[in-house]
Amino acid sequence: MTISSLKLAATTALALITGLSPAVAQMTEIGPGEGELSIVAWAGYIERGETDPKFDWVTKFEESTGCKVSVKTANTSDEMVALMNEGGFDLVTASGDASLRLIAGDRVQEINTALIPSWGTIDPRLQNAPWYVVDGKHYGVPYMWGPNVLMYNTEVFKEPPTSWNVVFEEQTLPDGQSNKGRVQAYDGPIHIADAAQYLMFHKPELGITSPYELNEDQYKAALDLLRGQRELVSRYWHDAFIQIDDFKNEGVVASGSWPFQVNLLKAGGAPVASVIPQEGATGWADTTMLHVDSEHPNCAYMWFEHQLSSNLQSDLSVWFGANPSVPAACTDGRGMQTAEGCTTNGLDDFEKIRFWTTPVADCSQGEDTCVPYYRWVSDYIGVIGGR
Amino acid sequence: MTSPTPAILPERGLADRLTALFWRHPRLLLAVLLTPPLLWLGVVYLGSLFALLLQSFYSIDEFSGVVKEEFTLKTYAELFRAQNLDIIIRTLVMSAAVTIGCALIAFPIAYYAARFARGKWKAVFYLGVMLPLWSSYLVKVYAWKLILAKEGIITWAAEGVGLSMILNAILAIPGIGGNSLSTSPLGTFIVFVYVWLPYMILPMQAALERVPTSMLEASADLGASRAQTFRTVILPLAMPGVIAGSIFTFSLTMGDYIIPQIVGTSARFIGLAVYQLQGTAGNIPLAAAFAVVPIVIMLIYLTIAKRKGAFDAL
Repeated sequence: MTISSLKLAATTALALITGLSPAVAQMTEIGPGEGELSIVAWAGYIERGETDPKFDWVTKFEESTGCKVSVKTANTSDEMVALMNEGGFDLVTASGDASLRLIAGDRVQEINTALIPSWGTIDPRLQNAPWYVVDGKHYGVPYMWGPNVLMYNTEVFKEPPTSWNVVFEEQTLPDGQSNKGRVQAYDGPIHIADAAQYLMFHKPELGITSPYELNEDQYKAALDLLRGQRELVSRYWHDAFIQIDDFKNEGVVASGSWPFQVNLLKAGGAPVASVIPQEGATGWADTTMLHVDSEHPNCAYMWFEHQLSSNLQSDLSVWFGANPSVPAACTDGRGMQTAEGCTTNGLDDFEKIRFWTTPVADCSQGEDTCVPYYRWVSDYIGVIGGR
Repeated sequence: MTSPTPAILPERGLADRLTALFWRHPRLLLAVLLTPPLLWLGVVYLGSLFALLLQSFYSIDEFSGVVKEEFTLKTYAELFRAQNLDIIIRTLVMSAAVTIGCALIAFPIAYYAARFARGKWKAVFYLGVMLPLWSSYLVKVYAWKLILAKEGIITWAAEGVGLSMILNAILAIPGIGGNSLSTSPLGTFIVFVYVWLPYMILPMQAALERVPTSMLEASADLGASRAQTFRTVILPLAMPGVIAGSIFTFSLTMGDYIIPQIVGTSARFIGLAVYQLQGTAGNIPLAAAFAVVPIVIMLIYLTIAKRKGAFDAL
């Protein structure tokens, strides 16, 4: 072995170890399918009729393209980022807090929207959304979105509550009793954003422009609001099914929630409804993104098209209580969703929703002026602990 | 006349050759048998523990949230921030309370089983103690959530017999009460005691069974009353069993992160904090530092327990 070939071997090994890879140009044409496709997804996002035979948007895709779909379920955005960093997957259904991290870390590749025939059917409001489009480049295809709504008990609230103050400030509810011990809040640091959004409306003097970009003063005000909330909340919710149980057995009458729980409780005959109050709401929007080293890009592009044009958008929106990225899926009968169903899930409330992003130190207020996410986590632990 | 059978039979195959090899080199067999478990213990078990320890000496960058791989004690200092100290104290108090609660409930049961139950009743007793261990832990905890709920069976029964006043008075006590049993620290305590009780009863019973009858007779002969015998003979001799049981209940409570998630006020315990810090915050150094806390506490606890002879009863 000559010195130069040794060098080559060494640099190759080094490149492999450090994960160095040449910049990938976006695809220019779709070839034949590679026979496989692996997706990192939220639970319930990729259904093949095994949970409920009525909900299946994988079988047909596999039959028509020959791409066998395998799913790796992730529970948190951080898990998704970790899995994509590890590699070996083709697609990920990333929420707004994961997508920008994946782009910044060069883990996902730019998408050639011209190769996706149904691209034009995507909700125009999502086509250039900032959580997956960077410098005019598209790094994914919108999957689903939904609001964090205010769920309430219709026996206590004859009229829908107009403000989030029912969960933030102590008051007498329409049934004559205090809200103390009868409201819930989300057991995740991102709930600080809900508090910030409430303050944005009620304390404009704080100058909050985005609930995900808070300087020290604004952040402190949000935490103070949450400390007051701690007095009202007996237990915070993080598991959808525990919240459902608390609405049934624990006497909880109002809480921030997802359409998912609202639909399940309504289906069970519980007297609940949901509303987006005057302050607006936070929400999530997920994007399917393609790994930079994907071994099955052709299958992935076929999935992009399938995701937009098949029954997926319609049926998934029923299944998950979310909104399709293709508005036509609500009405054209490609699946089970109807116009009323989409309205229930919040399709018309897009403008009122501030979508989830990870708080970072360098924000629009300047470098190192905003409180980063890891502090949100430790401080929220303190708030729940009564500090 | 047939030729005599040779003393050493010819080798019949690979198995014979292997047997011979091991017979000639007994240490080789030992090495082959011991290497896999030792590798497991050394690499997988202790290795991950050291990786954890190592992480706890790193710190997280204040601004970017990226882990800095430089040795520092900064992360340990963070443990002493008010909200983190709260978590440690809360967990310790709960562990101690659960241990004492378990010991008080378990002692009469273990005493009866060890000294009075015979034959069929002994079997019934064992079954009764072990039965809860056969069903899923999660199912039991969720069942308790329903039992303790505001609209659950306990509140309902209390209303039925007119004891709501007492229940409400208990729930009004600051520190342990709450809106309902299922959202109060008291509820968390009840579920912990239920779940870990068998781990206290069994070692206690083992210790009580080993108290020789002759000693009790000697004590009676020397004029001791039943109470004196209990206090000066049975209790000291059963103590190692109590301590052995307490090691289980104490450490299990300290490490648990599921019960406080489902029953209680949502206030964090150490296990929950670790889960959240590494899972959603990416603050692995602080999670690792938190994870070291129970290890240190248990090492101190075990040292004391060893002095008291608890390991003889295991």
